[in-house]
Amino acid sequence: MYKIVCKKELNSAVTYMEIEAPFVARKAKAGQFIIFRVDDKSERVPLTIAGYDREKGTVAIIFQKVGLSTELLGSMNEGDYIQDFVGPLGKPTDVEGKKRVCVVGGGVGCAIAYPSAKAFKEAGVEVDVIIGFRNKDIVILEDEFKAACDHLYLMTDDGSYGEHGFVTVKLQQLLEAGTQYDEVLAIGPIPMMKFVSKTTEPFGVKTVVSLNPIMVDGTGMCGGCRVTVGGEVKFACVDGPDFDGHKVDYDELMSRNSVYRDREAEERKTHICRIQKMGEELIK
Amino acid sequence: MANMQATKTPMPEQDPNVRNKNFKEVTLGYTAEMAINEAKRCLQCKKPHCVEGCPVNIHIPEFIHEVAEGNFEKAYEIITDTNSLPALSGRVCPQETQCESKCVRGNKGEPVAIGRLERFVADWYRENVNAMPKKAESNGLKVAVVGSGPSGLTCASLLAKKGYQVSLFEALHTAGGVLVYGIPEFRLPKAIVANEVEKLKAQGVTVMTDMVIGKVLSIDELFDELGFKAVFVGSGAGLPMFMHIPGEALKGVCSANEYLTRINLMKAYKEEYDTPILHSKAAAIVGGGNVAMDAARCAKRMGAEKVYIVYRRGEAEMPARLEEQHHAKEEGIEFMTLTNPVEILGGEDGRVNGMKCIRMELGEPDASGRRRPIPVEGSEFVLDVDTVIMALGTSPNPLIRSTTPGLETNKKGGIIVDENEMSTRENVFAGGDAVTGAATVILAMGAGKKAAEAIDRKLQAK
Repeated sequence: MYKIVCKKELNSAVTYMEIEAPFVARKAKAGQFIIFRVDDKSERVPLTIAGYDREKGTVAIIFQKVGLSTELLGSMNEGDYIQDFVGPLGKPTDVEGKKRVCVVGGGVGCAIAYPSAKAFKEAGVEVDVIIGFRNKDIVILEDEFKAACDHLYLMTDDGSYGEHGFVTVKLQQLLEAGTQYDEVLAIGPIPMMKFVSKTTEPFGVKTVVSLNPIMVDGTGMCGGCRVTVGGEVKFACVDGPDFDGHKVDYDELMSRNSVYRDREAEERKTHICRIQKMGEELIK
Repeated sequence: MANMQATKTPMPEQDPNVRNKNFKEVTLGYTAEMAINEAKRCLQCKKPHCVEGCPVNIHIPEFIHEVAEGNFEKAYEIITDTNSLPALSGRVCPQETQCESKCVRGNKGEPVAIGRLERFVADWYRENVNAMPKKAESNGLKVAVVGSGPSGLTCASLLAKKGYQVSLFEALHTAGGVLVYGIPEFRLPKAIVANEVEKLKAQGVTVMTDMVIGKVLSIDELFDELGFKAVFVGSGAGLPMFMHIPGEALKGVCSANEYLTRINLMKAYKEEYDTPILHSKAAAIVGGGNVAMDAARCAKRMGAEKVYIVYRRGEAEMPARLEEQHHAKEEGIEFMTLTNPVEILGGEDGRVNGMKCIRMELGEPDASGRRRPIPVEGSEFVLDVDTVIMALGTSPNPLIRSTTPGLETNKKGGIIVDENEMSTRENVFAGGDAVTGAATVILAMGAGKKAAEAIDRKLQAK
């Protein structure tokens, strides 16, 4: 069992948690992920690591309540225990040998972009960060990013905060202005990663994206996380989760990620009952 | 005088049309009377060939003699002298190609049902005695066992018996490896596996789940930082294979590993679990091994009206055990042999709505000695399915070899070991599918046993 030692609501849908997991904290690196399971009847869900404290032995995760399991995790509180917390899985972000990079984060994907930006910065790389949100209300980690980069560009879709426009607008401007990046790292919703890759392609800038496909074991056993990259089948859990953004088949990934969605919408009703029941039992 | 009945004493089983709707065990096991009757068919050969056919050399005539006399506890002691997991091997061993294939009773009629007797003894003991083993006196030496499948469980148990302080690391959330995530409940009830894990704990073994060795700790860290004197790697099979045909990325295509894990480890068949699963009307399982049979029988139990086994060779070439093929057919699984998929078809919604196949015929024998299947031109047809499950085998798990310098592997990714199961790294031993690629439970148990003995010799030599 793994203890939740800290919980903060970053906005109405996004939650920050620190989990006590000393073995994971000892080895975690930016870009890697964990798999959590709330209780013995829950799904195994992968989440990219948002931070870690090796001395305290904690690992931070940031998640959006979008499905059964994230909803259930979101209902837990400081001091509660979750059943499983496995990691660190996947390969870390490659921060070596670069002079200047641009880290692009979209929405809750910023949670994952942040430790990578920080890791680049700590490796002595000059870091530009572009983060984008739908509107002012859901902006997260602004101060943290400021401390982890050289230039921060904050974008909102509706212009209610920062600059008006998608992250790709700003990226296009920077590239057109002649900024030389050794790498662009994009983390966020699949369409955003797809369009960031499209934006960088004409400039010939190496672009890396962090994928989050459906996964069960996370150790290279189930094959559920297979993605097509440059025409080859890759397993995100052992070959990734970072891949060459210009080679990923995004449409296929988007389709595959929806395989259980219709069913889940149906089952969500019964599941909320389960959360309620757990709550009632707690009160008893 | 031996019982000269020519055939095996039948073992009761659930009716096929009842069991294909539930996940309870298919075969129900012998009663004491049935077991004694069957045991009396053994001729107690002076030179028992059955023992040679057993990868762990169980003293077969001796234990069967005790069964015939009704001394079931004594029989259990004899079996567990060489085999620590009889409830498992009695169920999932391919006895027909091992011990039973050597039985002289098989020359005229059927061999003695050694597997059924082994299972009976193990079940009788669990239900009537189930004494937890005692903790041996510690010799102070720490050994790490990576992976809690059949090879790891066997290795850990034997080392604990000899007094080693054993830590057993499992990547998933429940110990048991393939016995838990792969083999379905209806062939091997998970309570039996859990009981074996409890016995290990009673022997003083520390069982640590959620530990992905190669990631959370490297083999080098196990030695240098945690003070282990030897490591046994039984990390099992890994990446599932696909066919690389068009349409494999459609929704409704998955590996048998994924499908079985969701059902067996994560109990997708039970209402109260959140595990998502494909709900199929018609499913094709591609492959002809035991895993294909397991996936097909699970799909049927999950409610699929039509379930097909699609296999490119003939029925005679199928690697699955005859008993599994027989059970699958009884449960309504349709076998489409000499058939190979060429494309998986999907609708606009990205979901599978058919599988294009081609008929095959058998040509000259290939490298495996089996006749090579050749496509029959112009014989393509579309099979009406909404689910395709690939059961084509796996390659060994890459996590440990890629993070352990000096650990050599063969072309297929299997860890290279010597005759003592020792790898190219000093005091790193390996066995099971991590070495051989996908094979059987009993071979993995045999390797775990051999490795435990070799580790003991190596560490005591100093």
